[in-house]
Formats: sequence, C-alpha cells, structure tokens
Amino acid sequence: MNFRRYLTAMLFCLTFAGEAAAQVKTLVFCSEESPDILNPQLSFRQAAFDASSRQVHDRLVAYEPGTAEIVPSLAESWQISEDGLRYEFRLRPNVPFHKLRHFTPSRPLAAEDVVFSFMRQLDPKHPYHEVSGGIYPYFRGLGLPKIIKSVTAEDAGTVIFELKSPYPALLSTLTLDFASILSAEYADAMLAAGTPERVDREPLGTGPFQMIQHQRDALIRYVAHPGYWRGKAPLDNLVFTITPDATVRYQKLRDRECHVVANPDPADLPAMTLDGDVTLVRQVGMDIGYMAFNTRKPPLNDPRVRKALAMAIDREAILKDVYQGLGRPATTMVPQGLWSRGGAPSLPPTDPDGARRLLEKAGISGLELEIWPSPVARPYMPDARRTAEMIRDDWLKIGVESKIVMTSGRDFIKQTMVGRHDVALFGWIAETLDRSLFLSPILGCEAAADGANRSFWCNRNFDRLLEEAARTSNPSERETLYELAQSVLDDELPVLPIARSISFTPMRNEVVNYRGSPLGGHYFYGVDLK
Amino acid sequence: MGGDIPAHPALRPLHRLTVFRFFITRFGMVVPTFFGVTVVAFFLIRLIPGDPIELLVGERGIDPERHAYLLKEFGYDRPLWQQYLGFVGNLLQGDFGTSIVSREPVLSEFLTLFPATIELSFMAIVFALAIGLPVGILAAVRRGSVFDHTVMGISLTGYSMPIFWWGLLLIILFSGILGWTPVSGRISVLYYIEPITGFMLIDSLLIDEPGAFKSAFRHLILPTIVLGTIPLAVIARQTRSAMLEVLGEDYIRTAHAKGLGPARIIGLHALRNALIPVITTIGLQTGVLLAGAILTETIFSWPGVGNWLVNSIYRRDYPSVQGGILLIACIVITVNLLVDLAYGLINPRIRHAGRS
Repeated sequence: MNFRRYLTAMLFCLTFAGEAAAQVKTLVFCSEESPDILNPQLSFRQAAFDASSRQVHDRLVAYEPGTAEIVPSLAESWQISEDGLRYEFRLRPNVPFHKLRHFTPSRPLAAEDVVFSFMRQLDPKHPYHEVSGGIYPYFRGLGLPKIIKSVTAEDAGTVIFELKSPYPALLSTLTLDFASILSAEYADAMLAAGTPERVDREPLGTGPFQMIQHQRDALIRYVAHPGYWRGKAPLDNLVFTITPDATVRYQKLRDRECHVVANPDPADLPAMTLDGDVTLVRQVGMDIGYMAFNTRKPPLNDPRVRKALAMAIDREAILKDVYQGLGRPATTMVPQGLWSRGGAPSLPPTDPDGARRLLEKAGISGLELEIWPSPVARPYMPDARRTAEMIRDDWLKIGVESKIVMTSGRDFIKQTMVGRHDVALFGWIAETLDRSLFLSPILGCEAAADGANRSFWCNRNFDRLLEEAARTSNPSERETLYELAQSVLDDELPVLPIARSISFTPMRNEVVNYRGSPLGGHYFYGVDLK
Repeated sequence: MGGDIPAHPALRPLHRLTVFRFFITRFGMVVPTFFGVTVVAFFLIRLIPGDPIELLVGERGIDPERHAYLLKEFGYDRPLWQQYLGFVGNLLQGDFGTSIVSREPVLSEFLTLFPATIELSFMAIVFALAIGLPVGILAAVRRGSVFDHTVMGISLTGYSMPIFWWGLLLIILFSGILGWTPVSGRISVLYYIEPITGFMLIDSLLIDEPGAFKSAFRHLILPTIVLGTIPLAVIARQTRSAMLEVLGEDYIRTAHAKGLGPARIIGLHALRNALIPVITTIGLQTGVLLAGAILTETIFSWPGVGNWLVNSIYRRDYPSVQGGILLIACIVITVNLLVDLAYGLINPRIRHAGRS
C-alpha cells in the first residue's frame, strides 16, 4: 500500500472508528524556527526538541507532571546498585514504534534500541557516531562520556548502565531530550541502505505523534500514533507551521490560522490580554539571573562585604525597569518550583543604611569595583548592562564606586572564567528538576576550580550536602539536606539571585489541557480542541 | 524599424565582428565577476563573529579536543587561503559543499527551495509589469496631469518603502482587519501536498483537490504585492521616461501627420522603442527581487532560498551561506548577461554599430 493511501486510510480510521464518527481534530502550532535536525541527540535547540523528542520520542524515565519526582516511562522499573555504579532498567513490554513510508518496524521496543541510542553518542567507533556531524551537545556538554562506562542489553527487556563513578543525577539526566530512545532496527536498515542520515531527518520513535511530512522552513505534519502505549492522543493531527516573525505569528493566531503560538513579542502581550479569543499561559522559568561576587578578590572574600553590597541593591527597581513584567523576583538560586516544601529562605531586604553600617563594621571604605555584565541578552537577564548601571547607582549611595566593563560574548566567558571580574552579571537555566544538577555546576568546588563557578566560592560542606541530597531516595530527608545547603548559601552569599524569567504561550480559547512545561518547550500529548 | 533594413553586403563582416566582440566582451566580464563573488561570499561570512562549531554545540560548549577534531573534519583548521582554494576547486567541479547543520548538499537544499522563490519572484514581476507598464504609458501620455503627478508620487513612495514594514502593514490590514487574505505560508495546512514540481500553483492543480489552487493563489497575493512594489515603481517610472523620450521623436510626429490613430502610434511605434530600456530595467530588477525575497520570505514564512539564507547566516553555516550567495549571484549574473545579449540583439544602435 503506498504511503498516501496508508495516510488516507489512517485519517479515515481516526475519523470514523471512534464514537459517532467524531470530527478530525487538527491543532496548528506556529513555531518560530525550523528545526536544524530532527534527532534530539544532535541539537541543543528548542525548535529541534519541540519537533522531535517532545512529540515523536519517549525516554526511559520522566518527571511526574507538576513535581520533581521521577516516574517510569519506557522503563517500567529500575534498580540502582549499592555503590551507585550500576543501573538496571526493565523495559515496558510491547511498546510499538511508528511506521514510516520507507520503513516498517518488525518488532516492538527492545533493549537494543536503548543500547543504540546511548552507544551512538558514547562510542567513537560506533557506526553512527560520526553520522550527521557527530555533535552531541548535551551528551558531551553534561560530561557523560566521562561518567558512563557502557550501556548493554542483558536480555530483550533489560538494559544495564555501568558508570565509571557514581552519578546520582543519572535518572534526572535521562529525562532530557537527548536521552530519547530511537529504533536500532530502523538505524540498521538505513545503514544497510547507505542512507544513515535519514535516521536524523525522518525520525521514528515510540511517542504520541508520528511525523509524516517535513517541508523545510514551511511545515511539519504529524498524525497521532494509534498504538501509543499511554493511549492515543486526543488530537488526530498536529501541524507545525514555521513562522519566524512574532507579529505574523500573532496575526495568524487572531486569524485562526494557528491554535498555539511560540514565543510572543512582549509588545503584543497587552493586546493579547485584552483579546477575548486568546488565552495566555504563564510560566515562571526554571532559571536564574544573578550576580556572582568574585570571592578570591579581597575584600569580596569577606561575607559581610558581600552581604552589605547585596543589601544596597534595589532588586524591585531592577525587576520593574529591566524585566518590565517578564521577570519575577528570585529569593534563592534554586527555582521556586524545585522546593517541594515551598519554604524557600529569603534574602536580606534592601537596606542602604544597614549596608553602609555593615561596610563600616567590616572596616571597608573607598571601595572600587568592576562590574562585568554579560553582553548576551537572555530571558533571565534581558539587559545585563542596564542592570549593572542600576547596581552602580545603588552602590554609589553607600560610597562604593564601580566601573562597568563591557566585552564581547566570548571574552566575557573567557575573562570571567579566569576571575578578571569583581562581580559578574549573568544567569543559568535548569536542564532538569534536579537541584544538585542545577547548583553544582555554578557553585560547586569542582566548578570553582575550572572557572564555571564565577564566584570561585568553594565550601566542602555545601558540596557534601548537595551530593547526599542527590543520593538519597527519601523525599523528606532530601528536602532537609537541601534546606541545610541553602542556609550555608544564605550565610555566605557568594552569589546574589536577582530574578527569574516569565514566559507566555498564547493560544486560542478552543485549546484545552495545554500545560506549559517548567523547563520550557511545547508538548502536545493530552492537548485537545473544544 | 532598423531590423528590417538589409545591411550593405560590404559592411556585413564588420557588423558580425562587432556583434561577436560585443558578446565576447559581455561573456568576458562574467568570469571576473564570478570570481569576485566567490571572494566576497567566502570572506564575508567569516567576518561575522562566531565559530560555526560553537554555534552547533550551543551554550554548553565543547571540550577543546572535540572542537579541534570537528574543526579539522570540516576543514576549518587550515589557513584561510587554503580553505578558499579548496572552495573554488570544489566549485569548479560543481560541488557547492555540504551544510554543516543539516549535512545535506548545499546545491540540493537550494534546488529544493528555489522553486518557491522563483514562483514568488515571477508573480512579483508579472504584477509589476501588469501595473507598471500601463501606468507608465498613461502617465507619459498625460504628462503634467494630476494622474501623472499622482502616479509618480505613489511610485516614489513605493520605491522608498521598507519591505519589512510594508509587509507587516498589509498583513495587519488585509489579513488581520479585513480577513481577505491568509497571513503567511504557501497553502492552507489542510492540504497535504508533497512537492512534485516545487511550484505550489502547479502542484495544487496536479493533486486534484478542490480548493487547493485557490488557497495557493490566495497565499501568493500579499507576498507578491510586497515583493513587486519596488519593481513596479521602477518600471512605471522607467516606462514613463522612456515613453516621453520616444513621444518627442520625429517619427512619432510623422505618424501623427500620416493621420494614424493614437492607439496605433503609442502601442506600435512608441511602445516598441520605449520598451528597450524597460527590458534592461526588468533584468536589473532580478537582483532587487532576490534581495527583496530575503525579507519578504521571512515576513510571510515563505520557504524559499531567502529565508534559508537568513537562517544559514544565523547559524554560521559557512557552506550554505557561501553556496547560497554564489548561486544567487550566478542567477543574477546570468539574467543580466541574457538581458545584455537580448539588448544587443534588439537595440538597432548596437546591432548596427558596425556600420557607423
């Protein structure tokens, strides 16, 4: 049967097999850019993840929606060895893969698919390692080649991950897009046909939607996967139309050409709020815009000086002037959503007089500092230069002179990594909902040694608490450990959290059950149309 | 017309030699232009800060060993002059390189997307001619009238119109407020069309789905107007000035004296001669159209080479940018060459230059 007939038959079945010949539901999503590639292992772009891993693929484990708890996905269960070096995953049986026009799978998900998905990224000699450029931004960026020793199949339904050293954040890491499970059988077939790149351009997965058409820079078309293991999606068809201009995306939303649009222009938000046909889904980002004190440089090695400088800053004014409604004040480095008890500690309030007194107490006068703002605008730090100017003005009120040093993006990274700055303004974004994984790369001792921790603050007790918290499986115990770590941070104040970003996803009122992801991105499984 | 006058037999060899020399000169200019473009295309993208490998791996960065390995694999570790020679060497063998982002051959990506750009550009030039020519002629015939002043004022505005702003304005008015036209794209997402020719108007007819052609045509209206506005203004002004020049010629006065009707004088005698500079203008508009397509395609989410080129620049996809610029330049050079040659053939002053 040719693919067109297959597609028509599938659409026919979707339309008429249900109760009383339900209407075909097609949701159109106006995305902002074309995916560079359709394999999440090979990209770092949200557009690639939205188009591939978030619709087409599943991962071994996932987060329970709305919590930071890890729950089964393609892996039904798992066991971790005492020494934390061996993870054994039992796969869910009878999970079917999609069917493509040029390939029909002969079997459901098996351990060899998981082995293929990871060994391709891990093993430089793997036949697929160099296919499509061999760039694995997340796998390499997270340092997994130095952590994972091997991924092997014990039997068709069991996969073993052997680690070189304990890595408590492995489960959280396996929720990420790059850890999507691809089909080994499809890869073998494409390799045999001499077209291995097709695996990365015409994806085949186990996810809720299967891709049936990709017209570069124009659209991507999906149909619901009828055999999806969690049950068929309420939508029958999903279409991504690539619409780079934000104003045009909004017009398409108003004109009913799109149901959901990506990344609106902040200037359009007031009009969208007043538009009776449009709903704005608001999401506070799992990110942080912050200031790092270089604790290697006196007098910034004195916590009292850091606290005094922090107390002088009017963060509310920065929120109002720089973030303009697209930011929320941050009281801790860890995003609020990651605190399950909700009792996150707070920072000292703005108090210039108190700050001046504290500086006097520390015996500091005539202090001169260099502020290095990041030259790259990000939602969590939309205008670091303007933020730096406001901080400079606040510090001047307590007698601290400061100079703003602007650099190129590359210079900023290089120079701050070797500690040229007194204070640096930039930010960080959560990849997973794991707090240790969020904090260690920017506040850990190891990160201080390699420069990624721009405060160069190293507290072994803090590191130990994070490590223990990541290891423990008892939620209450874990929470206590994180609160202890937070109190160490509050006492020492090597960094000053400023704000988190707020993002909006506009959609037409007929869209129901859309849930924004705290980690960003668009997932359409479960979404329906009224 | 001059073409009807037989050349004197004694002058014929000289005439052929002049036309031949004209052709050779024009062809001769193509080669250095082509190499000039290779230099510009190659070095321009490298002036923009940003390492393509770093942009591929994103903010997480890449370890220095892997970075060095990939630079070597893509050939970016070699000195620039060696990279340039390699680029030109491959070009001479018809190899435009492979995209470092999609890993597809640049030529194949270009050819997949180019029909969309041709379709849009063709419609834009048809639109510009369909309106520009009659308006220009009328303005010339009614020189100094309110119509003339109005048309020339509007064409000057059209010529100075920023494409991006003009496109958004039309979308807001015709799609947003009036709801007459779709906002963007090439056809409604309701139609499942696999490219056959790549030209949506043709493909929509071939798939035999009711309403598909109409949808494709409606999607073309606004981008065509936006892209065709500048050529329309240029053509209208050029036609007017060429017509004014011709209308003052003796043979037009003679035609009037012979008692010929105005339609015959303007349509047959004046327009045929006035069209010669207009044809050159149309040829020169190819470059304007392709440059305008970059902005128009971005606004209207039109999946053509303009949009692709912009994305390639953002991603520092050197081979795509080099190859794309070069291919577009080749098209502009070829069209200009053809116009030059056609001009040589239809312009009696050049065709018969050997006799003077």
